[in-house]
Amino acid sequence: MATTGILDDTPPVRRRKPFLLRRKTLRHILPWVVILGIFLIWEAVVRAFEIEQFVLPAPSAIFASGWQWREPILVNAWQTFMTTAIGFLLAVAVGLLAGIAVGSSTLVYDSFYPALIGFNSIPKVAVVPILVIWFGVGTIPAIITAFLIAFFPILVNVAVGIATVEPELQDVLRALGASRWQVIRKVGLPRSMPYFFASLKIAITFAFVGTIVAETVAANKGIGNLMLVASSRFEVPLAFAGLLVTSVMGIGMYLVCAAIERRMTGWATRGADAMLRGQG
Amino acid sequence: MHLVDLDRVSLRYGEDADGTLALQGTTLQVRDGEFVAVVGPSGCGKSTLMKVVTGLWPPTAGAVIVSGRAVTGPLSIAGMAFQNPTLLPWRTTLANVMLPLEIVQPHCSRLRREWAAYLAKARDLLALVGLKGFEGHFPWQLSGGMQQRASLCRALIHDPTLLMLDEPFASLDMFTREELWLVLQDLWLARKPTVILVTHDLREAVFLADRVLVMSARPGRIIAERAVASSRPRKLDITYEPYSVGLVHELREHISAARSGAT
Repeated sequence: MATTGILDDTPPVRRRKPFLLRRKTLRHILPWVVILGIFLIWEAVVRAFEIEQFVLPAPSAIFASGWQWREPILVNAWQTFMTTAIGFLLAVAVGLLAGIAVGSSTLVYDSFYPALIGFNSIPKVAVVPILVIWFGVGTIPAIITAFLIAFFPILVNVAVGIATVEPELQDVLRALGASRWQVIRKVGLPRSMPYFFASLKIAITFAFVGTIVAETVAANKGIGNLMLVASSRFEVPLAFAGLLVTSVMGIGMYLVCAAIERRMTGWATRGADAMLRGQG
Repeated sequence: MHLVDLDRVSLRYGEDADGTLALQGTTLQVRDGEFVAVVGPSGCGKSTLMKVVTGLWPPTAGAVIVSGRAVTGPLSIAGMAFQNPTLLPWRTTLANVMLPLEIVQPHCSRLRREWAAYLAKARDLLALVGLKGFEGHFPWQLSGGMQQRASLCRALIHDPTLLMLDEPFASLDMFTREELWLVLQDLWLARKPTVILVTHDLREAVFLADRVLVMSARPGRIIAERAVASSRPRKLDITYEPYSVGLVHELREHISAARSGAT
């Protein structure tokens, strides 16, 4: 024992390497542990207090119901997903273009901002009946609701990103005789990309909310409609299964946005990356 | 022939008469291919002078004539480098250096067809300032001195006839600064652009310039001028020789006189 103590010159850091529960591994495992924990506590509470199924179904009942109704759930989930995706893409296109317009001109910014704030303050649920009057019950009101709720954060973020470009960076281009559009394209847009991608992560979850709200109020397809029908028939576990599927879709789309963000704007998060690399 | 000709130029920031008067009756001429340094107490309007000459700010009064034409807007024959390197963080060093080519004619329309030639040119320029091997690095992976070298390359890539340097070495430590003086001298000797260097470092002015202009406190105008006769290429040692030291002292007195005049 004494000899190993003297000869052992491996630095203490090396020894921790094979550990499974190191910080990096933990970061990947912990989210799943948390989700599992929530379900376990939920299950335990429902069983311990013998809560009726139509008040709060246990996760086991929700999963069982979800499996039993897997076909209608998948069909409706696909409907909700497509509706959200279309509304979201529209929001990205309009939000990006409007953000550039608003951010690159103080005049446009000052004139449109109050109106935009006012518009965004309207609860989108209140708009759905009006949309139904215009377009009838179905997919289109849901797409428009998803779009309306998702485009605002995108617009604001892109506008802020472009409006706050450092004057020094603008001078670099202006001194070369660059046009306004060139300054926006070479400096404003790349500079606002971190803001843009941050807003996408918010917007995609908002878009799901918009779709489900519209489907609950006025649609004959989609997860929102499925949940409405399920709860009217006291199939509460099925309604919860619908909620669960929606969150899974939300997380999935969020991860897609986050992955694109990491690829596109690595230059903006270099601090965090460098730290991770330094540790790993 | 004079490349830059300023005739009694004044500039007032803001639209009313209360605005800060940054320049008043500034008159100066710079010959083609000349290296001129402008020194002065801080806040004397040196940077304003740069903006007026390059057309970023229109003068309130007076005439600005560059290369025979009155300046009405930003000049594409000018390259600029600032106190901060102002490299775009999302571009690699090479892409940053090539930025002016995407904007200034005639390079802008030729860039795609003659990509290889322009690429080689940018690489050569980077090698000249000692940045070989760093073409693919992002600005935040470079030290302050290296960023400033890249910034110099960006100012020179489109072969400007007028190079405007606004305290480009002010934020660097002394050793890096002296190293870059030599780099700048080499670049200037190789291409002979007209240079206007704004600085508050008198040694730097005397080492680099053919002629040093002293500006008064705000509102700025030129109050003294000294020619520097040392032969080229200059070595760093000359900044400690009596001739240079004497010049530095003389300029120093002008500036302290200008400062006490202001208070």
